[in-house]
Amino acid sequence: MTATDAAPGSATAGTSLTDLRMVWRMRAFEEKVRELRLAGDAVGSIHLGIGQEGVATGASGLAGPQDAVFATYRGHSWAISCGVPVEALFGEILGRDTGINGGRGGSAHLTAPAYRFFGENSIVGAGAPIACGAALAGRHDGSDRVALTVFGDGAMNQGAVHEAMNFASAFSLPVVFLCENNSWSELTPIDEMVRDPELFRRAAAYGMPGERIDGNDPQEVRERLGDAFEVAREGGGPTLVEAMTQRLVGHYIGDADQYRRPGERERDAEREPVALLTRRLRESGVSDDEIAAAESDARAEMEAAAAAALAAPLADPATAKEHLYA
Amino acid sequence: MPDTAVSGPATTGAPSATQDVKELTYGGAVNAALRRCLEEIPETLLYGEDIAKPGGVFGVTRGLRRDFGDRVFDTPISESAILGSAVGAAMLGRRPIVEIMWVDFSLVAFDQVVNQLVNVRYVSRGELVAPVTIRTQQGSAPGACAQHSQSLEALFLHVPGLRVCMPWTAQDAYDLLVAAVHSDDPVLVIENRTLYPAGTGPVRLGGPVQQPGGLRVRREGTDATVVTWGAMTARVLEAAATLAGEGISVEVLETPWLNPFPTDEVAASARRTGALAVVHEANTTGGFGAEVVARVAGEGVALRVPPLRVGLPDTRVPAAPSLAAGLVPGPDAIAATIREWLG
Ligand SMILES: Cc1ncc(C[n+]2csc(CCOP(=O)(O)OP(=O)(O)O)c2C)c(N)n1
Repeated sequence: MTATDAAPGSATAGTSLTDLRMVWRMRAFEEKVRELRLAGDAVGSIHLGIGQEGVATGASGLAGPQDAVFATYRGHSWAISCGVPVEALFGEILGRDTGINGGRGGSAHLTAPAYRFFGENSIVGAGAPIACGAALAGRHDGSDRVALTVFGDGAMNQGAVHEAMNFASAFSLPVVFLCENNSWSELTPIDEMVRDPELFRRAAAYGMPGERIDGNDPQEVRERLGDAFEVAREGGGPTLVEAMTQRLVGHYIGDADQYRRPGERERDAEREPVALLTRRLRESGVSDDEIAAAESDARAEMEAAAAAALAAPLADPATAKEHLYA
Repeated sequence: MPDTAVSGPATTGAPSATQDVKELTYGGAVNAALRRCLEEIPETLLYGEDIAKPGGVFGVTRGLRRDFGDRVFDTPISESAILGSAVGAAMLGRRPIVEIMWVDFSLVAFDQVVNQLVNVRYVSRGELVAPVTIRTQQGSAPGACAQHSQSLEALFLHVPGLRVCMPWTAQDAYDLLVAAVHSDDPVLVIENRTLYPAGTGPVRLGGPVQQPGGLRVRREGTDATVVTWGAMTARVLEAAATLAGEGISVEVLETPWLNPFPTDEVAASARRTGALAVVHEANTTGGFGAEVVARVAGEGVALRVPPLRVGLPDTRVPAAPSLAAGLVPGPDAIAATIREWLG
């Protein structure tokens, strides 16, 4: 897209502003989570997706009420993208009774099926076969369900993901495989762990379409992922979409993050979604006030939600054994 | 992490020429054991996710890639390929040491252990062997989710042909790992991530290679025998100290090797005290504690009180610390349970 497409007051500028507001909600949420973790209000291993918000922002609104979204431990933004109330997400990460899973899930295992968020998963690649099952169920329950499974570049080397891709292809299941390629798997670069780093090309081996897109541009994500949803919904089977992105922070809070390559941070700072959308909005003449409000409104929302979550009681130990069996 | 010097020529299978005492953490002791094995056994390979260039997610394998080159390497996130390739490389004369970052992740590749690794020697009647060492770590820690909190030793102890140990002290982290790598059997070494940075202390390096097996009498006592292993040992010792203050004398036996298990020594202690408890972090049902109780009963040991098993209740592990605190047995809960049990 060029600057002339996005004239002041154009529909494109409006969409970009809406996108920036969503990106900021995700980022402000996670920056607040990091603050709570460093203060000791939240404990344990927490994986932030700061920098990757363009993908979940572009995807928001694509999944209908009958659809199912499967994410990973780096899934806060995906929960927000599905519309899970942020206070309940804060509550979960803070181990509160009011958390979306009453404290059972925590940051890395959030689950909110009422919002079609079938959950995070802390086993790399495990969500992909489960998404096949959600799609399979749709074939028998009369819904035209599409299942979206999101995973990282490293997960492309997990057996379960290969099996799922073949399973979905063989049976033309309505699954969208979305690989968020941030070029790192924990502390190891993906290009040293595969011979061909163009991961989307693997799709051909399974007989499904595959493409690489700019995950920093929510508009591009919306269009291309939207196409994959449509193909799946119309019986065309699965698609593999590789969204190029970057995490601007460590693998988890506490990762010293000392493994970056020369020039990487500078390049990432330029193309990450806040920078990209801000640039685009400025070029199309949107006022600095409106751009700044996207951030300040998001921060105010997250401050209030986190405060409310903190005020709630801790999860009640007396309930710890409940819900194991029917 | 200090780099540990083990001097002397690299001679396969022989104890290092010199002994040395170093101040090391548990993680540092693991690193020293790996360094020693890479030095003295040229057939060793060391690989796993993030273990080489980054030095491991817990920093435990730092410096080994630098010093041993391409015998130490990072792998894709492919546990089946990690474990399966270790089986194949071992059949053809290598001695792989592989890391599975969390025991929970071994489950995506369980076949390579249960159907493959342990059948190599048996089916070939010893013509082929598979001296693979699998290092992993397990256990709960505050905030960890249900997929990163399990204690799964019993699953592996159900598999004949696989040696299993769970070191607690830094010295055992060193000695057991050296013993594992030198063993001609496959060995699973289950460490504990909460221990890696734990208390620096003197660790004897370079001693003779130990045989798998044995037990550690951590505290002598007369009223009851309490068997435990891994990080749980510290909690049991704390409970025993509390009980001692109340006049209850507990004998604490740490069994860092679970296969082979020192049944005779445990039975002898139980015979002397007349009471047997087993404490572990794993779920109680089907836990190895049940096996220990059955073995002692099978020895015909007459106990004054029914045997006691203390473990995680049979439930999943919740992430919220307030929920988990009521499930994972801590020192106070262990002391209270033993107090009530002995009446
Ligand atoms: C089966 C399995 N193996 C290993 C791990 C440990 N682990 C957690 S995240 C991760 C890296 C995953 O990288 P990638 O798929 O690229 O996703 P990202 O973390 O970059 O979002 C690893 C190795 C795990 N959770 N599950």
